[in-house]
Amino acid sequence: MFELSLAQARDALRARKISARELTAAYVGAIEALNPEINAYITPTPELALQAADAADEALARGHAGPLTGIPLAIKDLFCTKGVRTTAGSKILSPFIPPYESTVTANLLRDGAVFLGKANLDEFAMGSSNLTSAYGPVTNPWTRHGDNRPLVPGGSSGGSAAAVAARMALGATATDTGGSIRQPAAFCGIVGIKPTYGRCSRWGVVAFASSLDQAGPVARTVEDAAILLGSMAGFDAKDSTSADIAVPDFAAACKRGVRGLRIGVPREYRMDGMAPEIEALWQQGLAWLRDAGATIVDVSLPHTKYGLATYYIVAPAEASSNLARYDGVRYGARSDGHDLTALYENTRADGFGAEVKRRIMIGTYVLSAGYYDAYYLKAQKVRALILKDFTDVFRDVDALVTPATPTAAFGQGDRMDDPITMYLNDVFTVPVNMAGLPGLALPAGLDATGLPLGLQVIGKPFDEETVFAVGAALERAAGFTALPTLRAGAAA
Amino acid sequence: MSYTLEGSTGTWEIVCGLEVHAQVISKSKLFSGASAEYGAEPNTQVSFVDAAMPGMLPVINRECVAQAVRTGLGLDAKINLWSRFDRKNYFYADLPQGYQISQFAHPIVGEGIVDVTLSDGSTKSIGVTRLHLEQDAGKSLHDQDPQRSFIDLNRSGVALMEIVSEPDIRSPEEAGAYLTKLRQILRYLGTCDGNMDEGSMRADVNVSVRKHGEAFRTRCEVKNVNSIRFVMLAVEAEAKRQIGVWEDGGEVVQETRLFDPTKNETRSMRSKEDAHDYRYFPDPDLLPLVLDADWVQSLKAHLPELPDAKTARFVSDYGLSAYDARILVMEQATADFFEAVAKGRDPKLAANWMMGDFFAALNRTGTTIETTPVSAAFLGELIDLITDKTINGRIAKEVFEAMVETGQAPAAIVAEKGLRQVTDTGAIDAAVDAVLAANTDKIAAYKAGQEKLFGFFVGQVMKAMAGKGNPALVNEALKQKLA
Repeated sequence: MFELSLAQARDALRARKISARELTAAYVGAIEALNPEINAYITPTPELALQAADAADEALARGHAGPLTGIPLAIKDLFCTKGVRTTAGSKILSPFIPPYESTVTANLLRDGAVFLGKANLDEFAMGSSNLTSAYGPVTNPWTRHGDNRPLVPGGSSGGSAAAVAARMALGATATDTGGSIRQPAAFCGIVGIKPTYGRCSRWGVVAFASSLDQAGPVARTVEDAAILLGSMAGFDAKDSTSADIAVPDFAAACKRGVRGLRIGVPREYRMDGMAPEIEALWQQGLAWLRDAGATIVDVSLPHTKYGLATYYIVAPAEASSNLARYDGVRYGARSDGHDLTALYENTRADGFGAEVKRRIMIGTYVLSAGYYDAYYLKAQKVRALILKDFTDVFRDVDALVTPATPTAAFGQGDRMDDPITMYLNDVFTVPVNMAGLPGLALPAGLDATGLPLGLQVIGKPFDEETVFAVGAALERAAGFTALPTLRAGAAA
Repeated sequence: MSYTLEGSTGTWEIVCGLEVHAQVISKSKLFSGASAEYGAEPNTQVSFVDAAMPGMLPVINRECVAQAVRTGLGLDAKINLWSRFDRKNYFYADLPQGYQISQFAHPIVGEGIVDVTLSDGSTKSIGVTRLHLEQDAGKSLHDQDPQRSFIDLNRSGVALMEIVSEPDIRSPEEAGAYLTKLRQILRYLGTCDGNMDEGSMRADVNVSVRKHGEAFRTRCEVKNVNSIRFVMLAVEAEAKRQIGVWEDGGEVVQETRLFDPTKNETRSMRSKEDAHDYRYFPDPDLLPLVLDADWVQSLKAHLPELPDAKTARFVSDYGLSAYDARILVMEQATADFFEAVAKGRDPKLAANWMMGDFFAALNRTGTTIETTPVSAAFLGELIDLITDKTINGRIAKEVFEAMVETGQAPAAIVAEKGLRQVTDTGAIDAAVDAVLAANTDKIAAYKAGQEKLFGFFVGQVMKAMAGKGNPALVNEALKQKLA
């Protein structure tokens, strides 16, 4: 049962070879068995999942199957789900039960998906390790050879990525503000795509940095990710930044191949101190694409080096404003005070964790009178230059291929003392958010200690089809079949 | 003569600018579908967006944008086809998002003008700096419970236009005239109801004082003044306070103040040091607001006739004095009423009736042009009865009072009460003869030169005829018989 990919499970359900109940029950069982160790879910919803599976079986019996009928998914706990607690990984939202369903999850429900529960994440999606969650860290299902020390799954969508990698879900929703889909996908040896900004509605997704946040799927295969994105995406009048552009058949694009495509290799992504294994994997990936008929072109994205610095101005600035609504007045956790200011201070002091507070303070600072021009305004100008870099190279190439992360997964607690080192995780992913482009991460090999390493495919705005085509070609060539230590269906 | 205040060190001039918050007339709020209607039960018109629930996003309401553009056009202002919404960040319990969505750097409407007429008949142009769209906050209710404050979010997210004037205002009268005129224009446009007592129009008053010929001195802002009269009082009170400070050797500090109408004074609310740092930045949830020039043109083509144009037309088409025209144009309903009465009739007679007996009756009975039982059609009919000599002017006043009381048509009242004017010369002659026969002494006096007595005879005849005699015929008969 756990060997089936999402596409295979869908076909088996439609052929009535398996029932949705069986499939969901297997995953519910996997969550019961593995969640105590992995902590991928904050709120599993087994009863709701089994009810939804029964409804899926009825729909299948009537021949009314949607694209995802009976497919059990994990939902990142940043998506508001009607009647199901939504915490954003924060204590401040611990009692919050939304009376509405986010557009992306509503689209998945429309297509018949079964929700297994709410996946763990860094608090308010701020983090690259899942160590900032108020609900405990997520443990990466992978371990180094001969070393049982727990590793981080990456973040912020660490729960989603770990759940998919450990076979605790067939796929999952995730969000990506600076790499929060691609980095955990790379750390957990699975596929994740951040689509073009505006492709998926942000309505009902707890906001971190509005101009960067974008929802996307994590899944085991490129095709599975394409199927999920096809359901999640689409224009939504409730999100003013949603793009009124038709959703193409992403899954079909996976079969296109790369013959005749021009693949750019940005020289600025070759960083000092990058692991030689990552460099080797990158070269290997390019060779696979050349073999499959693509042309490899060296390109330059000169403003790449400013990406992280710019990101850590823009994202906290927006976050400092977006998180102002968590004040204890209307919903969520409240810590009383003798007056309004004390109520705010106590609620926010108790409700937010250290990383969230750090970013609120950075964001407040860079927007302050006298600093705005030097930080926020300057950052917006640099952001425009980063976008221009990409626009320029995409006149010559169809897609870019880079490493997904500068390292493989690291140990829990390894980098907690220095936030800057932690922020470096996103060096390859952040520019893609700054430019609003689609970016896909997929596993392409293992490092010497047996941990997965990922490559990233970056595409033109709203050209996810080419991204999927390149990703699928790399996937076929890589033949990545390694499995994590912790996973459902593994021999005990 | 320009307005000045006398201090111990000489003559001072007032410099004043107004920031008016005008609630936009629209069915729903600026960024949500919740109703924007005033007066509903607390917290019954609150969408998830208005309550700033997690993940909720603003979507601009096209009608609110149209209203702002109409207002800009009505103020003869530049319409900015590209504008942008910014977030103004501050914490308050009735501000659910923790920021107000406003337009800081790029307002939808640029410079415009408001022409006002002052009591001495002079006119003055007051510049409008800008108009921008923004969200209103909710309401904090501090008087419902001894321990707690209550929050009503019905108003949260309702569209406001903030209309900022240039510091062109030089007297309390000009401040009042500007606000009155602005409110009149908004009401004509149908973009704001201008009801200051319901808070749908509020003014922040910026005041400084200076000696003649000086540059501007430090100003203070008097917040949230809620009537035109209070604005005028606040301008004067704050100016006098500042003159006192300067003349005592002190320095006016820039601060936000409140006006206390019961004490007729302003008092400090917060100083510049306590001022919020609003950390404005472009709202990333919204795209820039880009207007289509053709759309703006079509809004312009459908604007109603505005007060100044209507006043000019009333003068040129109806031959009214500028003063009368301004009074009749003060409110759209009055102007419409007048035009209905004047249509096909003597416009001056129509104007006199409206500004005389009709307005007096409204005042006396506490009714308005919308609620009075006297319709424009009935008032016109009454004028027709005078013009065709069915009734005379004196009887007309009696008929009008009956119309006010009963709401009946004037012809019906005339018929019912038998008030038709007597033009039968036989009846008039008989009445004249009877009056003269009873007053032979006065005839002698009249003939001896006391010509004033003619009026006495007219009065006596009319009295004998219960007021219904045709005045011209009565005069004629009397003159003949007294000759």
